[in-house]
Amino acid sequence: MSKTFRTSDGSTVNALQDINLDVQPGEFVSLIGPSGCGKSTLLRIIADLIPSSSGSVTVNDKSASQARKDQDYGFVFQSPTLYDWRTVIKNVQLPLEIMKYPKAKRDERAREMLKLVDLGDFENKYPWQLSGGMQQRVSIARALAFEPKILLMDEPFGALDEMTRERMNNELLHIWSAIPDMTVIFVTHSISEAVYLSTRVAVLKPRPGRIAEIINIDLPQPRSPAARDLDQFFHLSNRVRHTLRAGVGSTAELGAAIE
Amino acid sequence: MATESRAETPAADHSGLRTTLTTILIVIVLMLVWEGAKAFGAATNYQLNVGGSTIDLSILNDTQLPHLIDIAKAFDEPSQRNGPPLYQTLIENGLYTFLAALRGFLLGAVIGFILAIIFAHSGLLQRGLLPFVVASQTIPILAIAPMVVIWMSKVGAVEWSVPLIAAYLTFFPVTIYTLRGLTSVPQTSLELMQTYAASRWEILIKLRIPNALPQIFTALKISATASVVGAIIGELPSGIQDGLGIAILNFSRFYNQSPPRLFATILASGLMGILFFGVIALLERLVVRWRVEESS
Repeated sequence: MSKTFRTSDGSTVNALQDINLDVQPGEFVSLIGPSGCGKSTLLRIIADLIPSSSGSVTVNDKSASQARKDQDYGFVFQSPTLYDWRTVIKNVQLPLEIMKYPKAKRDERAREMLKLVDLGDFENKYPWQLSGGMQQRVSIARALAFEPKILLMDEPFGALDEMTRERMNNELLHIWSAIPDMTVIFVTHSISEAVYLSTRVAVLKPRPGRIAEIINIDLPQPRSPAARDLDQFFHLSNRVRHTLRAGVGSTAELGAAIE
Repeated sequence: MATESRAETPAADHSGLRTTLTTILIVIVLMLVWEGAKAFGAATNYQLNVGGSTIDLSILNDTQLPHLIDIAKAFDEPSQRNGPPLYQTLIENGLYTFLAALRGFLLGAVIGFILAIIFAHSGLLQRGLLPFVVASQTIPILAIAPMVVIWMSKVGAVEWSVPLIAAYLTFFPVTIYTLRGLTSVPQTSLELMQTYAASRWEILIKLRIPNALPQIFTALKISATASVVGAIIGELPSGIQDGLGIAILNFSRFYNQSPPRLFATILASGLMGILFFGVIALLERLVVRWRVEESS
């Protein structure tokens, strides 16, 4: 699968080239790479938000666009993307309304999800009344509310501080383990986050965006914060780091990369 | 989105009281300027010599610019011999004009809203029709009003001529602001709907319209005052005997005999516009309960 963008001056940019990634149900795969390697583009192609230029994306034996129409995807954006005019619980209920859940079921699911992300007491607040981390948790609750088969996350914790991010990582692992067979594809530029969360890490390199290496993360499951102290965690992180470095080449090239 | 924690409840709002006090202060200043100008005119015997040339200040005399107290008194005096006091006449005529303005406002709002929704969904229609919508507002309403009255009486709906003229002024801001609100949806908010495979209808109802509400209310506030202006102007060529427009026409004809009456009527028209505006603003506070990041 590949993706070509046409720039404003008429030239074309190969954003992604020869991407071949096979993800199994129940996996947690992270896409990591420097800015401009096309990891967010790849996620958007999988989500059928933008089309690929050539090749195909197959999700559970169907095309990406069919998977989107079948409402298989939960998507968590980099920004929480909550609707300002809806209270927290109404935001979580948004996909349930579109998917025609009955009212009682909507209330029940939304409360359940808010409890899961530890925001049970905030259901009647408006988004602006919450901190950035809380807003992102609402957006995760919203993505999970309809039990999507595949959870796509685009640097969801990128704007959070390190401590909040680690806590959110644990919450995410907890949620993932609680929902059987939910596949997560997670875009990040944090090495430790990728290694800590994933069953596999796909390292991308830029210009054009390609997969440099797919690294199996065979840390014990279920993960706990203690995993971060293991030698194995350290070795795996180093391996991701070296692959990233090899892929980028000179720093000048990194600077010229386009997102 | 930043990570700073935010207050759980909005800070107590004293801005309402401050606005009221400021408004009262401005009214007092305007009244002082008015009476000051009149006192200045009287002191100079309505003539001012500046560098050898004389400026005529007679517009400040009592037959041209009445004292505020005389305007206030005019409300309680009959405008016709043996007639009811002016305030009663103004309330009756005001109510008549207000009902026409309200019908015009509603008609204009509905037309404007529907046009905006059509334009938001069809680039072709927007490009084709929006220039005409804009051009419609460059035609003076006084040129159209007599025509509307003639047409409406031909179809036997003359009572709709004034509302229609008012609607002509009110649909435009609603179309422009609503269109802007419907189309200025953040990209990711739209993508979120796409990930749910939401239909155009669901996107309209659950995203575009709520997103446009602050702008819609901005437009409605403009339209509320415009509808009063439209109704008053619409009455002039209508041949109707009621309404503030007719009162203004009559009192300006007899201005030299009693200027306070016209000023009292102007004041009443202004009050009506402010009242209408206030009602919409109140409605906005009830509907738009979330915090709007950047209001226009």
